[in-house]
Amino acid sequence: MKTDFKHYQSAHCENGVASNLLKHNGLNISEPMIFGIGSGLFFVYLPFIKVNHAPAFSYRPLPGAIFGKVAKRLGIKIKRQKFSGSQSAVAALDNNLKSNIPSGLQVGVYNLTYFPDDYRFHFNAHNLVVYGKEGNDYLISDPVMETVTTLSAQDLDRVRFAKGAFAPKGQMYYPIHIPKDLDFKKAITTAIKTTCRDMLAPVPIIGIRGIRLVAKQIKKWPLKHGVKKANHYLAQIVRMQEEIGTGGGGFRFIYAAFLQEASVVLDNPKLKELSFEMTQIGDMWRDFAVEAARVYKKRSSQPDVYNLLADQLNTIADKEEVFFKKLRKSI
Amino acid sequence: MKESEVPQDKSNLETVNMRELCYATDENGNYKTALSAGWEPKTIALNNAIEDIKERTEAARQQVVKGEVSPIVYFMELNKMDTGILAGYAGIWQWRVKRHFKPHVFKKLSDRMLNKYADAFSITLQELKNFKG
Repeated sequence: MKTDFKHYQSAHCENGVASNLLKHNGLNISEPMIFGIGSGLFFVYLPFIKVNHAPAFSYRPLPGAIFGKVAKRLGIKIKRQKFSGSQSAVAALDNNLKSNIPSGLQVGVYNLTYFPDDYRFHFNAHNLVVYGKEGNDYLISDPVMETVTTLSAQDLDRVRFAKGAFAPKGQMYYPIHIPKDLDFKKAITTAIKTTCRDMLAPVPIIGIRGIRLVAKQIKKWPLKHGVKKANHYLAQIVRMQEEIGTGGGGFRFIYAAFLQEASVVLDNPKLKELSFEMTQIGDMWRDFAVEAARVYKKRSSQPDVYNLLADQLNTIADKEEVFFKKLRKSI
Repeated sequence: MKESEVPQDKSNLETVNMRELCYATDENGNYKTALSAGWEPKTIALNNAIEDIKERTEAARQQVVKGEVSPIVYFMELNKMDTGILAGYAGIWQWRVKRHFKPHVFKKLSDRMLNKYADAFSITLQELKNFKG
């Protein structure tokens, strides 16, 4: 069995699955639009949680939050199911495929056999679409891949029931109702306000304050943990910032693309100007990654390189603070 | 990021013939999508993580040789896991997993218990039992 699903590549997995599933159901919505309306731009620093033996940084909200917000703001209904065991999970998926419903799944990356080996970590917030089954193989549309691929039934079961933080528990989701009249203007306005509120939140580990806190910590790392660990932590920031499916620099560019689309929908030229500003901020995040990479590659041990990196991050935080205050006023 | 600046550095994405999609601007600052073969800072960060795991695995192997820890620790590191993840896959409480890191406790474990670990690591019971480092 095979549904007539069309695969489009995206920069981020959850955006991609949401956009592709909605396109399949007749709603032509771009990845940046999903990202923007879903308030996908976020920052949180969780020093008390360790991922790969380094503190956790996230440039995105909780898994499922983007699609959930898009649905809520546009009045779309999504069905989400979790399963206690493999059997019921397989049965529900096969049933959907029989009824010609391509289904989104939350999966762990570690057993995704089509990923390059080095990318396979225990990261459980990845998303893909299953659009058919041929023999023992499921037909997979993974939005970060250029083309469609397959997974054996056994491998699919392993990724659906991956363990650890954010264990997907077989989670499956698909849209069941899309209203005829969608109020994009209202959805975009609400979404932009939420993003501004999140990024300017008066909480020390979230948004701009979170970025500043990381900057402060970077200065302390080499003395507190030694150079080796400090470099390992830095590498973690860059990986979370730029790796597939996550993203800090990359996310700024998607958000800028969203602002350009939003400026047309809302007929608000200010948003277009702000998109250029966001592009510059995205470039600054990339420069930060380049500098950080230099530090952990050369393993240079002078304490002032960490200070320089911290200053760079603080400059980004300053720019973003000004940016989000302007954005809040412009709508 | 301008379209012309989209990085095309060598990376391990090549091994599976994959390119990443990203958003970049044209000469007027308008966004479009472009494909990237990889980016050096990212590759270095990823290699750093891989190196770290290799070092941890090697250290665990030596500890097994010296009889300081049980083979479970070695296979845990080899599979890029930590105690929390291993506890999840094996279906055993974390404090018990930590206890099973001790060689003298490991020696007394039943085959049923060891099988849970072997399954979590996708190895056979014999491989786990007979691992000497």
